[in-house]
Amino acid sequence: MRNSLYKKNIISINDLRRNELELVLNKSAMLKKKPQPHLLKNKIIASCFFEASTRTRLSFETAIYRLGASIVGFSDGNNISLEKKGETLADTISVISSYVDAIIMRHPQEGSARLAAEFSNKTPIFNAGDGANQHPTQTLLDLFTIKETQNRLTHLNIAIVGDLKYGRTVHSLTQALAKFKNNKFYFISPDALKMPNYINNMLDKKEIYWKRYINIEEIISEIDILYMTRIQKERLDSTEYANAKSKFVLHTETLKNARSNLKILHPLPRIDEIDRDVDYTPYAWYFKQAANGIYARQAILSLVLIEKHL
Amino acid sequence: MEINKLQVEAIKSGSVIDHIPAHIGFKLLSLFRFTETEKRITIGLNLPSKKLGKKDIIKIENTFLSDDQINQLAIYAPHATVNYINEYNLVGKVFPTLPEKIDKILICPNSNCVSNNNLITSSFIFKKDQFSNMNLKCKYCEKEFSKNIVLSYQ
Repeated sequence: MRNSLYKKNIISINDLRRNELELVLNKSAMLKKKPQPHLLKNKIIASCFFEASTRTRLSFETAIYRLGASIVGFSDGNNISLEKKGETLADTISVISSYVDAIIMRHPQEGSARLAAEFSNKTPIFNAGDGANQHPTQTLLDLFTIKETQNRLTHLNIAIVGDLKYGRTVHSLTQALAKFKNNKFYFISPDALKMPNYINNMLDKKEIYWKRYINIEEIISEIDILYMTRIQKERLDSTEYANAKSKFVLHTETLKNARSNLKILHPLPRIDEIDRDVDYTPYAWYFKQAANGIYARQAILSLVLIEKHL
Repeated sequence: MEINKLQVEAIKSGSVIDHIPAHIGFKLLSLFRFTETEKRITIGLNLPSKKLGKKDIIKIENTFLSDDQINQLAIYAPHATVNYINEYNLVGKVFPTLPEKIDKILICPNSNCVSNNNLITSSFIFKKDQFSNMNLKCKYCEKEFSKNIVLSYQ
């Protein structure tokens, strides 16, 4: 099978074409059904976390071990000599790229993964989050979970709730789902945290349906996917936050008119935007979604590092 | 053109950037790093202009601007003309058109963008929104800004 992802940098979900997304999702499904522990035997992968992100790091590292590769790296930028000595990110990446077969990088500055790719001497870079910009493997696992639960990535009604302004996962997810036909988007957020114009403009340009709603109850009976995100207290003043908190918290009673196929997703960590009782409903899928991160990351790592797949 | 020859010394060979909006000439000098050259540069500010009322003009001796440089002028001086001079004669006239991308000159308004924090140069691509407004998208942080926001940030 021709693999156009071979040796590609995975920086932004926007860089991946629809057929490449499908390739990753198919590979994820294959790996979930039939693990292939020796796919990356003899490969060494650097896990460079310039800021702490335990969940993403452990997910990537688990994926690496499951593929039989080895890891070098660091998990917190504050404790590495590179930053203390004042070395530039470009130099750091240039050096590490000569040691390993791929670099997974988390960095607080937006665009850092794109910069790293310019200095990595063709060693592939995997963006594990660059500030508020992109987190492409989160989007891949979101897509994988949506496809797994709905059997398709087209003709879906998707409600996205919470911090739509700063939440990079919802921007990337919307951009990715916009590559597939006949999806409809329902955006639910406080005024101060609504979806940025560049996302709305992109949807308009592609003539994709989207609409803002005030609360989840209004559209619960129409949707297939309810993607919840955390409203960050520090983004709103105290009155706005108090209003938002009551309006955008998901309770079991909100779900009484839900479609039977509805799945609730969340990039996690969840604070209190999903009531704990919802965990026991058949709609709650966020922990299974997080578990799918392993397969999605295994898939993208193996596709980038191996040219031919059976 | 005759008037300008009287007000700003003619050059024997090089480029003349004419019809720069008044008050922009000085900005162009620094943004395009024209001041970093050893070549002789003459500049006229607030000259009378039929087209603009007032205009600035920059003359750079023995330097011929590249197509890229000329097109990048379009963001600040959309009505500028670049005249190529040889032996005091006009041998070419170029009108800038907005390029697809613009490197080095602008600063990303996103303070957390890596291009503001490392020894690298900025890079933007031009994008039109559905209302035909001109936006600039940062290659690094992928944020899209209206042209005016980026220009006012410089």
